[in-house]
Amino acid sequence: MTDAPHVPVARRLLANRMFLAACVLCTGLAVCVLAVLIVSIVLDGVHRLSPDFITNFASRKPDLAGIRAPLVGSIWVCAICALTALPVGVGTAIYLEEFAKRGRLTEFIRINISNLSGVPSIVYGIIGLTAFSRFFGWRSGAEPIEFGSPESLLYLRLPFGSSVLAGGLTLALVVLPIVIVASQEAIRAVPNSLRQGALALGSTRWQMVWRITLPASLPMVMTGAILAMSRAIGEAAPILVLGAPLLVLETPANLMSEFTVLPMQIFNWAGRAKASFQEIAAAAIIVQLTVLMSFNALAILVRQRLQAPLQ
Amino acid sequence: MSHAAAATSSASRGTPITRSSRDRSERLVKSVLLSFALLSVVTTFSIVAVLGIEAWGFFTGFPDKPGIGLVPFLTGTEWSPLLGGEQKFGVLPLVCGTLLVTVIAGAFALPVGLVTAIFLSEYAPPRLRMVLKSALEVLAGVPTVVYGFFALAVITPALQRVSDAFGTYNALSAGLAVGIMILPIVCSLSEDALRAVPQSLRDGSSALGGTKFDTSVKVVLPAALSGIMASFLLALTRAIGETMIVALAAGGLAQMTMNPASQVQTMTGFIVAIFTGDAQANSVEYASSYAVAATLFVMTLALTLAGTAILKRFREEYE
Repeated sequence: MTDAPHVPVARRLLANRMFLAACVLCTGLAVCVLAVLIVSIVLDGVHRLSPDFITNFASRKPDLAGIRAPLVGSIWVCAICALTALPVGVGTAIYLEEFAKRGRLTEFIRINISNLSGVPSIVYGIIGLTAFSRFFGWRSGAEPIEFGSPESLLYLRLPFGSSVLAGGLTLALVVLPIVIVASQEAIRAVPNSLRQGALALGSTRWQMVWRITLPASLPMVMTGAILAMSRAIGEAAPILVLGAPLLVLETPANLMSEFTVLPMQIFNWAGRAKASFQEIAAAAIIVQLTVLMSFNALAILVRQRLQAPLQ
Repeated sequence: MSHAAAATSSASRGTPITRSSRDRSERLVKSVLLSFALLSVVTTFSIVAVLGIEAWGFFTGFPDKPGIGLVPFLTGTEWSPLLGGEQKFGVLPLVCGTLLVTVIAGAFALPVGLVTAIFLSEYAPPRLRMVLKSALEVLAGVPTVVYGFFALAVITPALQRVSDAFGTYNALSAGLAVGIMILPIVCSLSEDALRAVPQSLRDGSSALGGTKFDTSVKVVLPAALSGIMASFLLALTRAIGETMIVALAAGGLAQMTMNPASQVQTMTGFIVAIFTGDAQANSVEYASSYAVAATLFVMTLALTLAGTAILKRFREEYE
């Protein structure tokens, strides 16, 4: 290593100082961007926030418009998404970490999941539209098949159309890879000695998972689940493809109701030229960010409260 | 992990459950979990099948209308599916728009994100690091439609103050907003990669008289390069697939240009235009959105696979 170029110490120290300055500059830039983002949105929208804004339906007149339908719609969609994506996602993670033998199929499933997480959400929207809203073109043009009465909560219509159920299932596809990967990491973090203890006492694989691995990994699994759900309630592109109506004047009554979500409403308002619509878009963003922050806070709380030290 | 011991262990005497019923429920649970795992495979096949079949129809033609052809689609430089007059389906202007936005986003987010990651991992004291990381977490959780609003309400007016060349919709504003969106991805994944480099390498460099800069940039950075590259590719994948920002801020005119001040339409922006517009479900322009989505899917898949391959092949292993 004798042919390394000789750089004077003074130059190296200068480079050192300049790089530190660049570091501070870049980090400062990132923090500034966040600050400008939040401050500008709050300045734009805070004076539009009021109880009426939360409880009113959308309107063509910005002064009367509110976010009741998208807010309730977001809750419905998020609940459907959680009820489907979490069991399937955690189940997949359990299978891959605790049951699957090393082999072609397992490896294929793993690669497949990592590829799914790179698929743009608008592509999931197209798949959701085709699979859930139209059942791949089954009975296209014909009247949908109905089960139950439209007044009941369990009313079902096949295919699902632009319903809140189709929306929730589509978002479940979007977040499924996130739930799987987070749960896998959580399960992997459980020390092997716990598993071996359970197996040594004669428990079956599933008994070990149900009584030992899953409880031990629950805080991390839940943290991942909450973060996945906060991704789900921020997604607009898939819902847009499904065809949420521009003006929704009622909250969902059952799984087949039409719906809109908060990010869609923000998109509709933000895209209009009139300044007053920009303001209510900013106000809706404040509500959306508040919900997301509380999700994040919840995740941190869960992580800290439930994380019993293992080993 | 060997579980041979468990499989042959004697049946539990404490419970009245017979061994065969236990085995049966065990098999049942296992097959239910396997079916969950296979759902993700089914999802992939659905994506490939739906996009493939619809795009195929678009290329080769349906019984009632002629196809566009794969080669004219991939090499055509004019995209005018909605305007009155002759419909033209050359995807390159959309690809060009996507690339322009992605390049702008990358030019902003990759250097800034990497240097911030180096600062967080190598320089920042633990307290500051925690504060900055939670700020990044907030940025990462912001829905993309919010960045779209930010582009329209803050970035574009700022650009217009600098130069008259910028219209209401322009590629630079959308690109910068996408850059802000992918910044936390670059930052946190690169930081993970940098922190995974063993401390002994840093100590060795310092002991040989390296400055903090020498250590960080000439020792730690090369050691973490595969992880950093993977984070770059992942961030660019997200930038290519980003929809709401470009739908709000980039404009709706598909054109072959690398001028950041002009409006562009991206692939995702076109899909949004089709599904929010009033295109008939059996029209050619509607079918073209599936072909565009298939192109988008192939591009993002290639980037994801490249990222996985880089991580696998170039990972530096340290004891």
